[in-house]
Amino acid sequence: MKATFPHMGNLYITARALLGGLGLEVVVPPPCTKRTLSLGTQHSPEFACLPLKLNLGNYIEAAERGAEVIVMAGGVGPCRFGYYAQVQREILKDLGYDMEMVVLEPPDAHFSELVDKIKYLCQTDWRRAIQGVRMAWWKTRAVDEVEKRVEWLRPREKVLGTADRIYNRARAAIDAAATRREVELARQQALAELDAVERDPVREAKVVRIALVGEIYTLLEPFMNLDIERKLGRMGAEVVRDLYLSEWINDHLFGGFMRLDSPAKKAKKLAQPYLGYFVGGHGRESVGSVVYFARKGFDGLIQLAPFTCMPEIVAESILPRASQDCDLPVMTMFFDEQTGEAGFVTRLEAFVDMIRRRKEADRRSRAGAMDGA
Amino acid sequence: MRIGIPRALFYYYYFPLWHAFFTALGAKVEVSPPTNKAILDQGVRGAVDEACLPIKVYYGHVLALRNKADLLFVPRLVSVEPKAYICPKFMGLPDMLRAGLRDLPRFIDTNVNLRQGTEKVLEVALEMGRLLTRNKRQILAAWEKAQAVYQHYVALLESGLRPGPAIERLTGVPEGRRRRGEGEGPGRWKVGLVGHGYNLYDEYISMDLIGRLGRLGVEVVTPDQIPGAVIETEAARLPKRLFWTLGKRLVGSTLHFLQRPDIDGIIHVSSFGCGPDSLVGDLVERFSQRTRKLPFLYLTLDEQTGEAGLQTRVEAFTDMLAWRAAQ
Repeated sequence: MKATFPHMGNLYITARALLGGLGLEVVVPPPCTKRTLSLGTQHSPEFACLPLKLNLGNYIEAAERGAEVIVMAGGVGPCRFGYYAQVQREILKDLGYDMEMVVLEPPDAHFSELVDKIKYLCQTDWRRAIQGVRMAWWKTRAVDEVEKRVEWLRPREKVLGTADRIYNRARAAIDAAATRREVELARQQALAELDAVERDPVREAKVVRIALVGEIYTLLEPFMNLDIERKLGRMGAEVVRDLYLSEWINDHLFGGFMRLDSPAKKAKKLAQPYLGYFVGGHGRESVGSVVYFARKGFDGLIQLAPFTCMPEIVAESILPRASQDCDLPVMTMFFDEQTGEAGFVTRLEAFVDMIRRRKEADRRSRAGAMDGA
Repeated sequence: MRIGIPRALFYYYYFPLWHAFFTALGAKVEVSPPTNKAILDQGVRGAVDEACLPIKVYYGHVLALRNKADLLFVPRLVSVEPKAYICPKFMGLPDMLRAGLRDLPRFIDTNVNLRQGTEKVLEVALEMGRLLTRNKRQILAAWEKAQAVYQHYVALLESGLRPGPAIERLTGVPEGRRRRGEGEGPGRWKVGLVGHGYNLYDEYISMDLIGRLGRLGVEVVTPDQIPGAVIETEAARLPKRLFWTLGKRLVGSTLHFLQRPDIDGIIHVSSFGCGPDSLVGDLVERFSQRTRKLPFLYLTLDEQTGEAGLQTRVEAFTDMLAWRAAQ
C-alpha cells in the first residue's frame, strides 16, 4: 500500500517515520507550492478554510505520484477539521481519484477504532511497528528542539540565512536517520553548529520578542503563513510559538499521554477570565496566551488563522480586551488564497516597528525614573 | 425584573420556551425590535469584521436592549443535543459580547451543554431559575410549563406555520413588519428552502426572501416543517456522524426534499463565511447533483448583499423552474 498524508510544517518527518515503521511505502507529497494551492482551491468549497484546500492539493499531487491511501487525523467538532476527511473524500471521488482514506480519530472518541485502524494499516510485526512510532516521536522532538534554537538565532545572526541553512541540513539529517543514535547525533550536531554561528551585536541589542499563536496549521505550515517566522527573524524579531509539533501530536493523537509542558496548556487556564469555555481548535489557548506571554515579558503577540476560522474569530473578538489588560500589543492576521505578500510584509513591518519603539520608550522612561530617584 | 431577549440567532428556535419559563417565574420579557438598519449598523460596528452576519446582527440586538432590561439572556449554547455542537461562535458568544461591548446589563449566560445527555437540561433550568426565585418547585413547574409550550411550538411549525406567526400566537410578541398572508399558501412551484432559521426568518437579513419567492409563485417548505425524526434518519446516511446540529438539519432536510416528487427545486441560504455551512453546503450540493438534478440555488448573505442582486438571482431561478416545467 502506497500511503500519503497532508503536509503541516515538519509533520512530514514524523509521518514518514511513522508510516514507514508500519511497513507502508510512503509517498511524501511535494512541498506546498502555488500549484498545490491552485489545485486545492479549484476543487474545494469556496468558503472552506485554507488548510482543507491545501490538504486537498497535497492529496492530488500525491495521487499523481502513485499514492493509494491517505492517512490523516480526524476530530469530533466543533472545528471543521473534524469533517475534512469526509468532504475531501467526496471531492476526490467526484474528480475520479480512487483513494482510500484512513482517518485517525482522537482516542477520546473511540480508542478501539484507532487501534483497529493502525492494525489495518500495519504491514509488519508489532515490535517493528512500535519501534516506528517511537522513532517518529524522537524525530519530532529533535526537530522541535532545533527549530526553537533557529527561531532564537535568526534575529541575532550576523550573516542572514545561516541559521536556516543549518536548520535545513538538520531536518534532512533527522528525516534520514535510521536509528535513535543517528537522530541524536543529527540533533547535537545542529545545536553545536547553531551555537557557533557568529552573532551581530547591533542586531542583537535591538531584538524584540514576539509570540505567535492561533490555529495550528497556520502556525506550523510556512507556505500557509507566508513564512512569517523567517520574515520576522529578518526584521529582528525572536519568535516563540505557543505550540510545537510534538505537543500537537501528543494532544491530538496520543490523548495527552506524554507529559509535555507547553505554553498552550498553561494558556488554557489563563484564558478563564476572558473566555471561560472551550470553543474548538485553539481558540481558548489563543486568548490565554496573551496573559502567558505578557507575564513572560514578550513585546508583542500575533494571532494567525485561516480566513473564516470559527474558534479564532471567537478569540479575535476577545483579544483586544486581554491585550489592553495585559498591556501587550496584539495583531490578528487571517490568511486565504488571496493574501498578498506585499500587504502582509507591510503589516508585519509596521507591527515590529511599533513594538520596538514602544519597548525603547519604555526603557527610556524607566531609565529616566531611575535618574530622577 | 425585566429580562431582555435578543430577537436573533436561536430566537427562532426557542423563544416560546424561554418566554414561557421566565414569564412563569414572574419576570417581564423584553424582546428587541425586528432587525432594522440601525440594529445591523450597530452590530457591524460592535463585532469584529470576520464575524458572520448573524453574529453581527446579534450584537446589534443586544445593544438595542441595553437600557430596556435588568438582565440580558445570552446563554452559552454549547450543545442542544447529545454528541453535537452548534458552532464555536455560539460557544464563545457571552465572552465575545463582554469583551467587545461596554455598559451592558448583567447577563444570564448559563452554559447549555447537553452533549452528554438531555437530562442535563433540568440543571440548566434550575440554574437560570435561581436568578429569579429560590423556590425550586416553582422553577420546576415553570420549566414544565415552558416545555409544554415548546412542544406546542414545534407542532405548529410542523403543521406548516412559520416561526413568526407561531411565536405571535404563543407569546403575543408581534412578528414585525411582514405583510400577512404573503409568501404562504399554494404556489405554482414548491421549493425546499434550506438554511438556518436566523437567516431564513429574519426578514431584514434575508431581505424578505420568503415573501419575494411567494410573489413569484414559489411556495417554500423549510426544515422546521420536517419532523425531527425524518431529519435524523436522512442525516444518518452520511459516512460520519455530523457534529453540528444545524448542519445536520441542513443535510437531513435536503436529502428528504430530494426524494419528494412534489419538490421542484432547492434553495440553500447561508451567511458569508459560515464555517459549518462551507463544508455541509458543499456535501449537500454534491449529493443533490448525484441523486437528482433539481435546480439548486445557493444564496450567500452578508451586510453588503444588495436587494437587486438577490431579486435577479431569485427570478433567474424561477425562470429555470418555469423552463423545466415547460419541457
